[in-house]
Amino acid sequence: MKRFLGFVNKEFLHIFRDVRTLIILFGIPVLQILLFGFVVSTDLKNAQVAFLDLSQDEMTQKISDKICSSGFFRRSETLLSYNDIDKVLRKNKTKAVIVFEKDFGRNLISEGKATISIITDGSEPNMATLITNYVTGIVTSFNMELAGTQAAGTFLVQPEVRMFYNPSLKGHFMFVPGVITLILIIICALMTSVTITREKEFGTMEVLLVSPLKPFQIILGKVIPYFLLSFINVILILLLSWFVFGLPVKGSLVLLLAESMLYILMSLTLGILISTVSKTMQQAIFISLVGMMLPTILLSGFIFPIENMPAGYGWVAALMPPKYFIIIIKNIMIKGTGFLYVWKETLILILFTLAFTGLSIRNFKIRLQ
Amino acid sequence: MQKIIEARGICKKFGKTQALKDISFEVSEGEIFGFIGPDGAGKTTLFRIIATLLIPDEGTMEVMGLDSVSGYRELRKNIGYMPGRFSLYQDLSVEENLNFYATVFGTTLKENYDLIADIYSHIEPFKKRLAGKLSGGMKQKLALSCALIHKPGLLILDEPTTGVDAVSRAEFWGMLRNLRQHNITIIVSTPYMDEAMKCDRVALIQAGRILSVNQPDKIREQFTRKLFSVQAPEKYKLIHALRSYPGTVTAYPFGDSVHVTFRSDEFDNSLYEYLRGMGITNVVIHETRAGIEDRFLELMEKGTTAIDRG
Repeated sequence: MKRFLGFVNKEFLHIFRDVRTLIILFGIPVLQILLFGFVVSTDLKNAQVAFLDLSQDEMTQKISDKICSSGFFRRSETLLSYNDIDKVLRKNKTKAVIVFEKDFGRNLISEGKATISIITDGSEPNMATLITNYVTGIVTSFNMELAGTQAAGTFLVQPEVRMFYNPSLKGHFMFVPGVITLILIIICALMTSVTITREKEFGTMEVLLVSPLKPFQIILGKVIPYFLLSFINVILILLLSWFVFGLPVKGSLVLLLAESMLYILMSLTLGILISTVSKTMQQAIFISLVGMMLPTILLSGFIFPIENMPAGYGWVAALMPPKYFIIIIKNIMIKGTGFLYVWKETLILILFTLAFTGLSIRNFKIRLQ
Repeated sequence: MQKIIEARGICKKFGKTQALKDISFEVSEGEIFGFIGPDGAGKTTLFRIIATLLIPDEGTMEVMGLDSVSGYRELRKNIGYMPGRFSLYQDLSVEENLNFYATVFGTTLKENYDLIADIYSHIEPFKKRLAGKLSGGMKQKLALSCALIHKPGLLILDEPTTGVDAVSRAEFWGMLRNLRQHNITIIVSTPYMDEAMKCDRVALIQAGRILSVNQPDKIREQFTRKLFSVQAPEKYKLIHALRSYPGTVTAYPFGDSVHVTFRSDEFDNSLYEYLRGMGITNVVIHETRAGIEDRFLELMEKGTTAIDRG
């Protein structure tokens, strides 16, 4: 036991002495959470729009005020003619131009319909779609108000679809579970596989093998520090998402932490497995990053819904352990459901862990090749 | 005296390369046993087999009464192994490295301090320094301290002096000598022929075969011919001239002179004339005692001619 603790102690020394390791361990998760939360956010916030009001009446004034006071948009310029539209969009600051037709108010009252054109910058398709959706949404609600006060007609506007799925309009809700899943598997798998192959590469494994340490002690000694640090990471990410994005854990925190531990353990055993098949650190990094990160992002349902994938991909996705953890964590964090709803996924993660452990033990070399 | 290592008919192949061929030797307790041979001779492979890190294809390796394949678990407790590459943790300090290996082997620095005191005292002033920042000689002393920390019965040193300066090398061998009082058997490999003289017995190894095993002095005596040392200002020219001289058997550079053997084991004035004809003057020739290297080259020469014929 003393031997083993000595080994664990050595691992901690390695980690705390290497600035790069520390950055990967703690810097990257924090950075990723903030990046995904703020930058990759799919929300609109103060997007600049210009107005071209050819009618200049009470109605157009009301609508543009409503758009600007929504918090999503900010008036950048007021245009005078159609010719200015191209100019203003080319400047790249204004994301969209909203055009009221001539005699907008009069048409609305007399004919029951009037037209607003939303001209967006198509070179940023995501932004363009978002803006059209939001503006039509605002116009619809204006329409409802109008219908409530006056008996007069309806606008020709399309219903806004986005709001149904994300009513609070917060993108972070989707990203925090995804980022936790991604970060944990990358850090755990990458770090353990690298630290074990590092011993191989520097020749220290040779000396460790010619010592009374048993293989499982070497492996466990490698795993324990990363297990603890990754767990701290989870807590760090949860705190961040709570304080920075105001995202609380709806379900049981204990259950969430327990599931996280299971997932960390699984990722670590995967890292060990990677280390047993790679001879150099480069190989280990390559397998961890290309083999883990891409599939996690693309196939785990983190960004692209698995339901939308072609049948074959769905099967591949089923082999991705992160997929199950994302389901678990979304259930607990966002929906607030209990263990009864995630026991299947939990069981699958346990099976993955056992399989990886078994394969690693089988593959671990007690000698050189 | 008790046998610490008994190797019988060890063969090892890597793919198509025959790394070791029919290696047999014995090492007695308390000996410093050297393996002398060029790079690629198979020294490292042989040491890894002794250290239980590789399994021989054929033959048996018995170390301290245990089979190195089946008894590896027991053996690993009692072996001190220092691989050819510097294999300590560069990001740990001298002290941390030492303490780590001590705990891994279930002992403490204090417990065996007297054993390594002679070596460790050289680097103790730098015990807070990271191992990666030590000089070559100090790294080697640290590695030796780490290999010794658990008082192993057998110390396996794979080219410990490669890449170390001459002064540190001499110191190092002095330390190995001192270790004999602790009854530790040492096997050591080196590509440097001059270090062979410091071993109790040496095995000359080349291309996976052992050419000869004996005490260093006996190996020198086994040299079959009379050996002459030839000196002249232009050494490079001299070697070529000597090799083209009809009476020469072998001519090898040796320090600032050339070691030459002649067919008749004698030379006469015709040699001086021949050299003068080649434009070499001020030639000094005297008979000399063969070194390990001379014997090694002679054995190699025999080996290759044998292969040529067969």
